[in-house]
Formats: sequence, structure tokens, C-alpha cells
Amino acid sequence: MPQTVKSEYRGNIHQQQKDLMLEWYGRLAQAAEGGGPPSVSMMISGNCVELLEGFGAEPIYPEINALQLAIRHQSLEPILLAEDMGYAADNCAYVKADIGCYLKGITPTGSKLPTPTLILCNFVGCNTYLKWFEHVAKLTGAPLYVIDVPFMRADEPSQSDLKYVVAQLKEAVQKLETLTGRKFDYERFRDAVRCSAEVEELWSQIKHLSRSTPAPFDAYFDAITLMGPLYVYRGRQEGVEFFQAALDELRAKRDAKQGVYAQEKYRLVFEGPPPYPYFRTFRDMFAKWSAVAVASTYSTVGGLWEFGFRHDPDHPFESVARHMIAENVTNRNYLQRYAQIKRYVEEWNADGVIIHFVKSCRLFSCGQGDMRDYFSKQLKVPTLYVESDLEDPRYFAEAQTRNRIDAFFEAMEHSKLTAARTGGVQ
Amino acid sequence: MKTAAGVDVGSTQTKAVLITENGEGRVVVSRALVDTGANVRKAAERAFDRCCQDAGIAASEVGFVVGTGYGRYNISFGHAQMTEISCHARGAQFLCPGTRTVIDMGGQDSKAISVGEHGEVLDFVMNDKCAAGTGRFLANAAEVMGITLDDIGPLSLAATRPVKIATVCTVFVESDILSYLAQGKKAEDILAGVHMAIAKRTMSLARRVNIEPEITMTGGVARNQGMVRALEEVVGRELKISPDAQYMGAVGAALFALEKLDESFESAGWRKEHAVSSGN
Repeated sequence: MPQTVKSEYRGNIHQQQKDLMLEWYGRLAQAAEGGGPPSVSMMISGNCVELLEGFGAEPIYPEINALQLAIRHQSLEPILLAEDMGYAADNCAYVKADIGCYLKGITPTGSKLPTPTLILCNFVGCNTYLKWFEHVAKLTGAPLYVIDVPFMRADEPSQSDLKYVVAQLKEAVQKLETLTGRKFDYERFRDAVRCSAEVEELWSQIKHLSRSTPAPFDAYFDAITLMGPLYVYRGRQEGVEFFQAALDELRAKRDAKQGVYAQEKYRLVFEGPPPYPYFRTFRDMFAKWSAVAVASTYSTVGGLWEFGFRHDPDHPFESVARHMIAENVTNRNYLQRYAQIKRYVEEWNADGVIIHFVKSCRLFSCGQGDMRDYFSKQLKVPTLYVESDLEDPRYFAEAQTRNRIDAFFEAMEHSKLTAARTGGVQ
Repeated sequence: MKTAAGVDVGSTQTKAVLITENGEGRVVVSRALVDTGANVRKAAERAFDRCCQDAGIAASEVGFVVGTGYGRYNISFGHAQMTEISCHARGAQFLCPGTRTVIDMGGQDSKAISVGEHGEVLDFVMNDKCAAGTGRFLANAAEVMGITLDDIGPLSLAATRPVKIATVCTVFVESDILSYLAQGKKAEDILAGVHMAIAKRTMSLARRVNIEPEITMTGGVARNQGMVRALEEVVGRELKISPDAQYMGAVGAALFALEKLDESFESAGWRKEHAVSSGN
């Protein structure tokens, strides 16, 4: 059988992020017992976690629960429960896993989840969320408020779009005041926006570290471990401290020219979420070739900060609205996603692009065939297209996936070799 | 003289090839084909042993063995493994030097490969999670009609009024065929429809890489004349078919094996240790 290559960054920050996330689950469990803070269900893409800080409320992210289940090989059971209920095979598997969890009352850590004080459907890009959150509202009896975020139809959001979202954010504040019985603490909100801006600067600096050769961390597989704190703690001082520690640790690796592998051989850009049920297996398929991700679009689902955007404490509502509309990959149009990946390839000095098509997410994945053509045919960037699912283990075919990945790297090896033999550039 | 072997363990059949190299060039000296069956390891051994016997060459004289195909990691005597994508491209370029596109139809997958002038893979696409457009589709059609797989191609060439097969699903094609049989359609007309359905499906896959002439068809299905004609009709040009089409993956693997024996190749940049470890 193929040799598996263990390669995962296990620095101090890895443990720190684990501790932070467990503390978060602990607070949610407390809320479930009736003694904790208010909780608000929200989607990760373009989340407005800063708003919750104005109420001292905790976010509940169904995607984090779903991916944690998948990575622990526990996603199939809740998925099947949802399918028994009538969900189709090609419905979003995140939705099915989450609904199954509510049906069974389970969480990845075994602790209880609270009934949310409010289900805040920050509808960004993914219209599946509307039905998902409607169903969660029905199952839990929690009130639902939808923030309708206009999709990016041009390069910049219009003033009317920004005003439209700001008005809804302010209405959500009123709703939360009624539901929590707490007055919105505007200064705390502003402070959260300030913390977010600091975290975003630190996170952006971390992501720019992988422009170095060798890259000090894997911007797909390792970045995912940093994304939990990014969404839960972004508006808090703990978040600032965590990302400062992460930057220090990874910068030291960069300065010591310590890469992910003993010898970094390929630099890649990843598009699409990973197959969480086979996260390790999938990672090892790239580790075998000493191929490191230098950038990924998935790590910009919650927010795209490496190109300069920061929340603005002087204009907190406006910057939260802008973030939700324009500064996260999910709500941006395809041409913007092309441009984002192209920048990564050029500025992060990548050798190729890997597109992971998610079978149960037509919304995020449709159009990736054209994306493959754009990069491989128009830009002549070696591009690999592999297909499975982010949550449903039934769609992962190990032998087929391995075959494609091996063939992709063999072709790159062969091209380099041919170039060396013929003295030309392939 | 140097001798190297390629062993292609496919989902239905296992192919082995020996290639020798002397001052005059490289020659395929023997080839063997066995059913893969349940014991992949044994199938590889049988095919390799038969090759050695036919060539009158002792196994110990074979300097390097490269395994390919889905069972490549189960070849106990292999020195290295490579994917069949690389091997089909390399084999096709060797046997049909003008090859720029390879269409490989195998038992459980079909692939289209864009090939550079040195046999390097420029791009490739494969069927995903679905056996539509593969040899399995033809095997199911043959089975439901009670005709051997070897006979369906020639029979389809006799069609006068080919039917239209709407589905490309390997499972549902059975009900389509049964429906046509119930309508009294001729076997050759149904089979021509089956071949055309699969040809269209395969070419829509192949169009995702740049289809450039020459187009070489490889894999076991290349022996099926009905399939070749259907594909030629869809693509609008002649396909190159080597007599060794079925062995193309093994030929490519044997060529890689020879090159790994070649010191000049190594000095050009190939790292033997990588070649050995890459698939272990």
C-alpha cells in the first residue's frame, strides 16, 4: 500500500486553538443548561460575529459542528437520519449532518448545544442556508431573522446595497435587545470591530508568510486549524493574543527556513473545502509528493483579508456590512474568484491549482469545470480537478482520487524532466 | 541488452509486457494477459511469469519492473509504481509517435489524455464516480442481450437502422435494451445505438482536454471495431489503433522501467530513489 507521510504542524498554537474551541463548546453547553450567555446561530461565510459581542452573546456555527463530526468520522449517522426524514441524496451534506444532530441532540464533543436565542441567517451567497435555518427554527422553536445580503454583482458593492445591509443589522440589534433583554453595548461592539481589525491584520500577515519558499505552514490543511478561532474569537482580545502567538510562531519558522516538508517540491493553490471525512488521507496524498498549499480560497470563506480589507472601528456598522457583501469568497462572483486564485498563483509563486469539487454543494462547486479550463487552458497553469464531498463519506473514492493526484504530479515531474533533457522550458 | 517489464493490473484484466533495449532500439518482446480475478497479486505474478516464459528470459534478468493500473500497489515484485495515465501516454507515444491525444477505454474508467511530443501528460480527464462510458457499460449491454463481449462490436457494424439509447447509465441501459428487444428491434441496431451512446459520452469527456490529432485509442475496448467506428464518426477523424492497444499501459510502464535503468536518464534529473519510493 502507499506509504503515508505524516506531516502536520503541531506547534503551541495547535494546542491553544484546541483549548479555545473547547472553551467555546463549554460556554455553549453552559448556555444549554440555562446558565450561560445568549447564543446566536449564524453561518460562517461573511459572519457578523462582532455584532454579537455587543450583547456578550456566543455564536453557534453549524458548519463547525458539521465539519468536526466529519473529521471524527461521525457524520454519516446524522446524514442518514436527515435522509430518513426526506432530505435527498444530493442536498447539502452540511445541512443533513446538522439537522441530524438536532434530531439526535448530539454535538461532536458530546456536550449539549443550546437552543439559540436567535437564529440569525446571515444569508451570504449560499441560498441553501435559508431553508436550513428555517428547518432549524422549526426544530428548535427559536426565532429566525434573515439578513438579506445582496450578491456581488460588480467589483464594488453599491451604496444602496451597503445601506440596505446596515439597516438590517440595526434591525437585528433591536431584535436581539428584545430577545436577550440586554441593551446593545455599542462601545463593546466598536471594541469588537477594533479587535477584528487587529486579528485580520495578524491573519493577513500569517497568510503572506507562505509566499516564502519554503512555506512555513500549509495554507489549506494547517490554515483550517486556525479558522475556528478566527470565526469565534475574532472580535475578542483572546483572538488578538492567539493570532499574535500564531504569527510569532510561524514567522520564526519562516525565518529559520523551516518548511512543511524536509524539501518542499511543489507549491499549490487549493480551491474548495476539503473532504473532511477523509481529511488525513487526502492530506497524505499531497504530502507524499512534498506538495504544500501556499494559498487557498476556502480559508477566505469567513473573510478575505490578505488583500487589504479591515473592519473599521470608526465605521463599525458600515464595515461589518461591507465585509458581509464584498469581503468573503462565498458572496463574491466567479470572476472575482478567478482573479483571487490568479493572484495567489502569481504572487505566492504556485506551480499548480487543485480544485476539490464538493458533490453536495452545487452552489459553491458549479462552474468549477470552467474554472479548470480557465487555469489549465488559458493561463497554462497545471490544474487538477478532484471530486468528493466535504461531509458525506460516501462520495470519497480513495483509489480514484489517489490516481488523479499521482497522475497530476507524475505529469509535472515528467514535464520538468523533459525540459531538463531537451534544454527547453515545458 | 537491457530488459524491463511493465505490469498493468486493471479492474478486469492484468497485462504484462517485456521490453528489451539494445543498440538498435527498444522492442516489445513478449506480452501476456490474464483475468485479474479476486487475487490481484497472483494475477500480476501469472502475467509476468508468462511474459518471461514466452520471451525465454529469466525473471532475474529483468532489471526493473514498473506496476500500473488500480492494482499497482499489490505487485509484490514491482520496483516502482506509476499511474496508468502516465503509462498510456508514454506507451502511445512510443507505438504511435504522432499521438497528441489518447482515448483510453478500460473496464471501469475512461480517460482522455493530452500528450506532448515527448510522451508527457499535458492534461487529462477521467470519468468520475460513474461507470457511464466505460467498458463495463458494453459488458452489461452484451450480457443483457446474451451476446459475448467479443461479438458485439462486429455485430453492431451490420446495423441498418441504429436505435437511439437515451441513457448512458451502466445500470439503466439494461431496461432501455429490454424495451427495444420487446419492440422487436434487431440486435445489431440496438448494439449500434449502445456504441454510439458510449462514443458520444466519451467524446464529451475528451473535449475537456484539447483534442488534437493524432488521436490514439488504447485499452481493451480498442479491439471492438464497432466502438472504434462509433468514436470515429463522433470525432470526425480516424483513430490510431495499435495492435498492442490493450497492452498500452503495460508498454508505457515497461518504458518507464527501462528509463529507470538508464544512467543517462538518471543524470538528466530522474531520481531513482524517488521513483522507487513514490508509490511504496
